[in-house]
Amino acid sequence: MQSKKFFFYEAIKKITLRNIKRNKKVLLMGLGIDDPKGVFGTTLKIHKKFRNQVFDMPTAENSMTGFALGLATSGFKPIIVHQRVEFSLLSIEQIFNQISKWHFMSGGKVSVPLVIRLIVGKGWGQGPQHSQSLETIFSHIPGLKVVAPTSPDNAYWLLNESIKDSNPIIFFEHRWLHNTYGEIKKINNYKIGKSIIEKRGNDITLISFSYSIIECIKASDFLKKNYKINCEILNLLTLKPLDKNKIIQISKKNKKILIIDNGMTEYGISSEIFTIISENNRNNFIQRIGVLNAPIPSTVSLAKYYYPEAYNIAKKVLKMFKIKERGNLNKLLRINPDQPDKSFNGPF
Amino acid sequence: MTFMKKNKLIKLYKALLQIRVVELAIAKSYKDQKMRCPIHLSIGQESIPVAVSSNLTSKDEIVTAHRSHAHYIAKGGSIKSMICELYGKNNGCAKGLGGSMHLIDLKAGVTAAVPIVGSTIPIGVGKAWAKKLDKNNNIVVIYFGDGATEEGVFFESLDFASLHDLRVLFVCENNNFSVYSPLKNRQNSKRSITSISRAIGIKSVKFKDHNILKLSKFFNQSIKFIKKNSKPMLVEINTFRDLEHCGPNNDNNLGYRSVNYIKKWKLLDQVSFLENYLKKNNMINEKNIKLIYLTLQNELEKIFKFADRSKYPNKKSLGKYIYAK
Repeated sequence: MQSKKFFFYEAIKKITLRNIKRNKKVLLMGLGIDDPKGVFGTTLKIHKKFRNQVFDMPTAENSMTGFALGLATSGFKPIIVHQRVEFSLLSIEQIFNQISKWHFMSGGKVSVPLVIRLIVGKGWGQGPQHSQSLETIFSHIPGLKVVAPTSPDNAYWLLNESIKDSNPIIFFEHRWLHNTYGEIKKINNYKIGKSIIEKRGNDITLISFSYSIIECIKASDFLKKNYKINCEILNLLTLKPLDKNKIIQISKKNKKILIIDNGMTEYGISSEIFTIISENNRNNFIQRIGVLNAPIPSTVSLAKYYYPEAYNIAKKVLKMFKIKERGNLNKLLRINPDQPDKSFNGPF
Repeated sequence: MTFMKKNKLIKLYKALLQIRVVELAIAKSYKDQKMRCPIHLSIGQESIPVAVSSNLTSKDEIVTAHRSHAHYIAKGGSIKSMICELYGKNNGCAKGLGGSMHLIDLKAGVTAAVPIVGSTIPIGVGKAWAKKLDKNNNIVVIYFGDGATEEGVFFESLDFASLHDLRVLFVCENNNFSVYSPLKNRQNSKRSITSISRAIGIKSVKFKDHNILKLSKFFNQSIKFIKKNSKPMLVEINTFRDLEHCGPNNDNNLGYRSVNYIKKWKLLDQVSFLENYLKKNNMINEKNIKLIYLTLQNELEKIFKFADRSKYPNKKSLGKYIYAK
């Protein structure tokens, strides 16, 4: 069976469009959802054919989320899109107090099927309020499901699963993934709450999610070629509910485990995985890396210190094996630490 | 004075008294410590929801806030399920998981009550938006207090309801206090809730007191207007919370409300007012009143006993309702 290749942003658009076409109750809303840029191409021109299902909204994130809750509990399936995670912080009251708890506090009488797409920024000087990776805080709240895909195939099928789900889903998209490229399989291989093994390896296990998986793969290829270290890579895909069984199961294979957090290390996703493994399996040697516990600097000069990238991952793995680096690690450094590749020139 | 048919007036009186009797019974039994949740009693504020709901159908919805008992009962919410909920029992309207601040009765059109001030305003607007998209001309009534008009979502929601011509009746029950904080500490004396709402494009009306006859007549017309024209409306009504903000007691000893203020509002009590009005017009006599009261009282005693005997939810309920299937 032949599969076609698509950009990540195209995958998001394609599956959104498919759901909107199939079900009149699926609504797409957010500030600038129908503007000429179409949220990095992910919603571009959908409104032209589906005027009654796509809504540009007032700049009022908290109320917008309340409206969506009203719709979701009246038979609609709203998808809210915020161009950066940080804008959703204005709607935390509705997300944490209301949408996450309505099923519970109504004794199961109502459910809230809605999707909130949040985009995590990085690089090009986005700075303290346009590039936070806040998956952890949403994963802390019972009643929410938190999804964070890496590939176009992940994004396509998991957004489809999210739209089908009867619960509120926080769907994290990393901005640096939008222009990545890959095939979309004809069959869905994913389920909310299930992780996948990206790569098999017998020496060390890397556990990560979202964009950081790409850095893990880079580091892993480098380590295999230059140091004959074989990494296994587990892509979490869903951060809540976490695939605990798989995490415990996989931790029994390789003694060494490195967790790479897309967000801040302290009180982060990595802390949770570290705990799950250590509570269930005492024989592991676990380490973690994540972004620094500091607000994100805008200047290009500090970007290289802030994020854990292939270079940092490989360096940490070598340290865990007590292997001295042979002076070739620098190959992994980005030429421009604030750009995923030359095509990304901002502005955001 | 407004002229209304006898049957309608007696119906209003029964509805007022029903709420009063339930609230007094809760206040009385609260000391037994079997209702182990915060309660915000509606005594003194009954006439507003009675006037609103006497003009609604069960397909119209209401959303409300922390002081929701009167709204729930007036809309036809099951009193049995409500008392069981206050007792934390498995057969409560939210299976004992919500308590007094999360009353719900979907069959009666009581969609939600939540205690975060202002929070149900956008949710109610979302419900009204859903109705408009579904080409359904039922309305959503959103109850909130004077404090909620200080929240950002109040402005955001008025804007959206106005922009999309949604069938929403915004009902602001202004009892002059946000817990103990008086309006004068919170809002500029020149600030007018109805002027704000009017400036956003919403037809708005202010009532200086909660007279049941004036309100019933007004809501009869305004609800028809909303349904027919698909336009939102806002009504602000000055009213009086008789007991403490949260709990079963009278807290007049704390002195945060003047003796004159309390006296003025006690004279405007609508249960007594309508009772006297009916008597004066020979529509009811002492004997009828006693019968109505005793009937309500008997039913309620049975309900309280039933709630007391009912079972608590078991441990499984904790995990059962985190996610919908």
